[in-house]
Amino acid sequence: MSVLAIVEQRMSGEVLAAAQQFGSPVVAYSIDQPYTADAYTAAVEELIRKVNPEYVVFGHTYQTRDYAPKLAARFGHILIGDVIAAKPPVFVRQMFQGKFNADVRAVGDGPHFISIQAGAWRAEGATAQVETYSPTSTTSRQVAEAPFRESARAVDLTAADIIVSVGRGIKEKENIPVVEALGQALGAELAASRPICDAGWLPMERQVGSSGQTVAPKVYIAVGISGAIQHLVGMKGAKTIVAINKDRDAPIFEVADYGIVGDLFEVVPALVEEIKKTKS
Amino acid sequence: MKIAVAIKQVPLRDSPLRVNAAGTWIEEDNLSFEINEPDAYALEEALQLREKHGGEVIVISAGPARVAQSLREALAKGADRAIHIDVATLDTLRVASSLAAALKAEAPDLILTGLQSDDLGYGQTGVILAELMGLPHSTIIMQVEILSGQVRVKRELEDGWFQHIQMPLPAILTIQSGLNKLRYATLMGIKKAKTKELKVITAAEAPQASAVIEKIYAPEKNKQGQIFDGDAKTAAAKLVEKLRFEARVI
Repeated sequence: MSVLAIVEQRMSGEVLAAAQQFGSPVVAYSIDQPYTADAYTAAVEELIRKVNPEYVVFGHTYQTRDYAPKLAARFGHILIGDVIAAKPPVFVRQMFQGKFNADVRAVGDGPHFISIQAGAWRAEGATAQVETYSPTSTTSRQVAEAPFRESARAVDLTAADIIVSVGRGIKEKENIPVVEALGQALGAELAASRPICDAGWLPMERQVGSSGQTVAPKVYIAVGISGAIQHLVGMKGAKTIVAINKDRDAPIFEVADYGIVGDLFEVVPALVEEIKKTKS
Repeated sequence: MKIAVAIKQVPLRDSPLRVNAAGTWIEEDNLSFEINEPDAYALEEALQLREKHGGEVIVISAGPARVAQSLREALAKGADRAIHIDVATLDTLRVASSLAAALKAEAPDLILTGLQSDDLGYGQTGVILAELMGLPHSTIIMQVEILSGQVRVKRELEDGWFQHIQMPLPAILTIQSGLNKLRYATLMGIKKAKTKELKVITAAEAPQASAVIEKIYAPEKNKQGQIFDGDAKTAAAKLVEKLRFEARVI
């Protein structure tokens, strides 16, 4: 049962490790061409026709998300995406924003298409040779311009020892000072989950998560953050994680070292008072 | 310009969810539902594009009878008409196939949908649609600009990077949350919605499912975290002790 691993710079070791777990021989390729959805769909289709694999494995990157489902549909399949564990042909992925895991069985004839979540497989020990593939067809309807950043980042959250991060639980912009007070008491940087930055309650440069910054402070205090996958990938490397949330079943508690289940508008002021008392 | 928006109805955010008796999905009785958040942003983007360029916004959803409520809400917000594909299945490939069949008949200039659903979270209905309909697409879109016969979009990449992509119309885009400000339905809008067309159609012939959910369950905890109970003051005192003596940041 051969496995085709499609390798990009991001997550390359992890993809090879997962491919080796799924079967053998593992054939690994990187595509020697600038990315567009059409071009990569055609390129990997050519590779599949050549290798005839049972599984095609990708990292669950933004690039994979952009074209792998199209490729899978071409073969009558979906992408079993963002997989966190596997016993092929059964793959484990999160659903309902991380509240549940699901065992998903790949059915029908291969190739089956699997993308793995960042951090779910260890990159160490993966040894496969990665070959470069130059596709014969390079036509694309999408024309891509060079990637860019909006502006230089004024805030480097990655340097912070302590981060106080705020999510939807804060309810409205007028309540932001509640968590600011906690940040000040601890000498922490203030950060936020995506919806808070989308709403403009805090600047985009304070966003932690897959589309924001990836941080690993000594202490990360998540206030009113439920812990959707996109947020967790940005902060699960923190040494100590503290969660304050009213929902005991929120996924954030799965990664938390310490948690308080309760109303943040009661808990956070109590915490500020206690810290001030301790410090004085 | 004819714009179609594919929306999905999902459980209301923060609903208490329980696994059903078969262990294969959630218990849907007594749940309330709403428009999947990124789809709501896709609808808003379509309405704003119509305000700028004129034309028509058609909203479409595949699902059971309850989906009609979300379609009515989209009509109240300003969509011109709605199509409800009456299907029980949640299977991604089947849903995408039935959407593709209905959308082919409409032949819109632009198709928008959210980048992913809050329930299954596969994030691929729009991309599969592109393949099934033979249209160019782009995903995780933060900005849409209509040029003559073309669309230029700002696509989100990892770690705060972006990229502009241009492609010919008709095209399919999957929309990221937060690219615009959502509007509320006005009273007038709600009133008008009652007179707008909501067409119910049956699903096209469905392909085989490609992946089936065998079991859903609460995840095992990776860490044995400590939860501090009691009133806010007591819990806060316990946490501060840990931050002081274990994490040593106070």
